Amino acid sequence: MGDYFHSVVLSEDSCKGCTHCIKRCPTEAIRVRDGNASIIGERCIDCGECIRVCPYHAQKAVTDDLEKIKKYKYKIALVPPALHGQFDTNVGLGKILKAVEMLGFDEVFDISPYCDIASAIIKKHYLQEKKITRPAIYSDCPVIIRIIQLRYPDLLENVIPMVSPMEIAARLIKTDIVERKNFRQGDIGVFYLTPCPARVTSVRVLIGISLPYTDGLISIRKVFAHLSKNLRELQSLEKVEGYEFSGRGLKWGTIGGQSHSIGIKNYLAVDGIENVINILEELELGKIRDMEFLEAYACTGGCVGGPLLVENAFVAKTRIKHLAATTPSPKLIGKEKVEKYIETGLFNWTEKIKPKKMVSLDPNIGKAIQKMEKAEEILKKLPGIDCGSCGAPTCRALAEDIVNGRAREVDCIFRLKEIISRMDRG
Amino acid sequence: MSQKDMVSLNYRVNAEDFAKAGDASSNTKKVLKKLGIPSDITRRAAVVTYEAEMNLIIHSNGGEIIVNIDTTKIQIIARDFGPGIPDIDKAMQKGYSTASDHVREMGFGAGMGLPNMKRCSDEFEIESKKGEGTTVTSIIHIPD
Repeated sequence: MGDYFHSVVLSEDSCKGCTHCIKRCPTEAIRVRDGNASIIGERCIDCGECIRVCPYHAQKAVTDDLEKIKKYKYKIALVPPALHGQFDTNVGLGKILKAVEMLGFDEVFDISPYCDIASAIIKKHYLQEKKITRPAIYSDCPVIIRIIQLRYPDLLENVIPMVSPMEIAARLIKTDIVERKNFRQGDIGVFYLTPCPARVTSVRVLIGISLPYTDGLISIRKVFAHLSKNLRELQSLEKVEGYEFSGRGLKWGTIGGQSHSIGIKNYLAVDGIENVINILEELELGKIRDMEFLEAYACTGGCVGGPLLVENAFVAKTRIKHLAATTPSPKLIGKEKVEKYIETGLFNWTEKIKPKKMVSLDPNIGKAIQKMEKAEEILKKLPGIDCGSCGAPTCRALAEDIVNGRAREVDCIFRLKEIISRMDRG
Repeated sequence: MSQKDMVSLNYRVNAEDFAKAGDASSNTKKVLKKLGIPSDITRRAAVVTYEAEMNLIIHSNGGEIIVNIDTTKIQIIARDFGPGIPDIDKAMQKGYSTASDHVREMGFGAGMGLPNMKRCSDEFEIESKKGEGTTVTSIIHIPD
């Protein structure tokens, strides 16, 4: 798998070559050329903003088809809190898991108890004493780690080196089933119902681990109709039992929930990719000194705002809050168990995260300086209104594309007009 | 390449203009990243520029920041139109500040500005004349 696999892709047939996505991309990773948008792989962080803003639904996420589960003898589904926000709270958590099971799974697990395990490890290991630079950052959102790696590598020392609750669940469940059911690990397929494309990338371009235990990710949006149908079939049942939940863990689906369930007072909870970038900028400058913990999500509202969901994020947020408050929470695991997990290293990152180099104008600093001087000259001739008609998000981005031979000055319609009227005057 | 190839950035900073606080440093950082300058050097230059910006906003009658970048170094010059620093030694002490209560209430004026700038610089110089103005020059080397 290449270094630049992305789960956000573009369908050329649907793309109209408009400027919505290029203007909204937080890393200026999209250009429109010859009437079609294209994504610059090395800049994309899979945040999914383009999917959200595309009026023609031309930006798509690569997820796994439900068919893929048939490859495995024993099929497991993992349900994140965000899924529960998609249905009326009267439905009940048990029925939602049952409806997922009816898609063809042998067993279904709710992620919330595994979020509790993450909370306990963060609280009782990493936040005790000075085990990590403050504010400690633990991100269940893969986009955040990606952007830190790409743009704020100095903050990597603040990041708690532990896998996501999705992977914690996958690891514990797989190990347990190998023992309980006498399957080989390769016979068991663990599938996560994903609210976003970034999660898909996280098991393909690995961060901190060399082997994911999650085998596939299925878009919630893709199976939503099927789930609704299954729920209608379950309507007559009073209640479905047999699954484990944690109210505390359910909070992880919305912004602030992580910090709440860990029980930290001095925390920052930041959602929305632009806000996240601002806070990381300030952290890198050393401007924020009195905070213990940062949780951050690319999507507004946290995972409930994921681009592969169906329900309005604010509606979903209220529902999850309600469910979290009305679902009992088991006691967090004790310090002894936490330390045992740390010792066995089951959830620890095993690979050192290397900073990724940001795309510079040229690999050679001297040449980059010359190119920037040239770009400045070109920029003076551009109108400076960042209209996007040339296919680049800003006039500066166009100037930089021109010096690297990826665009021409006449791509700017204002420059073109000037040149034509000069020709006309002879 | 010739030695004279240089990117030069110039920012005008007005006294008490908190709305623009951070603009110079964040723009400088963007430029350095595009030039492929290593991230630790970029961060140090951003800290120096940010502290310089805040000093001009909080303490000066306004001034400018000039950032010159060539292949060997980043030079950051903060120049203001007064009032000048009465006691430079004191100003360099950690925790010493002449900032007003009003500024401190906003979370600034902790007396770490100049010491922070010095800590992040490879070469550091302050020239100040009371009544005329202050020029702070910081140089950060770019390793080969």
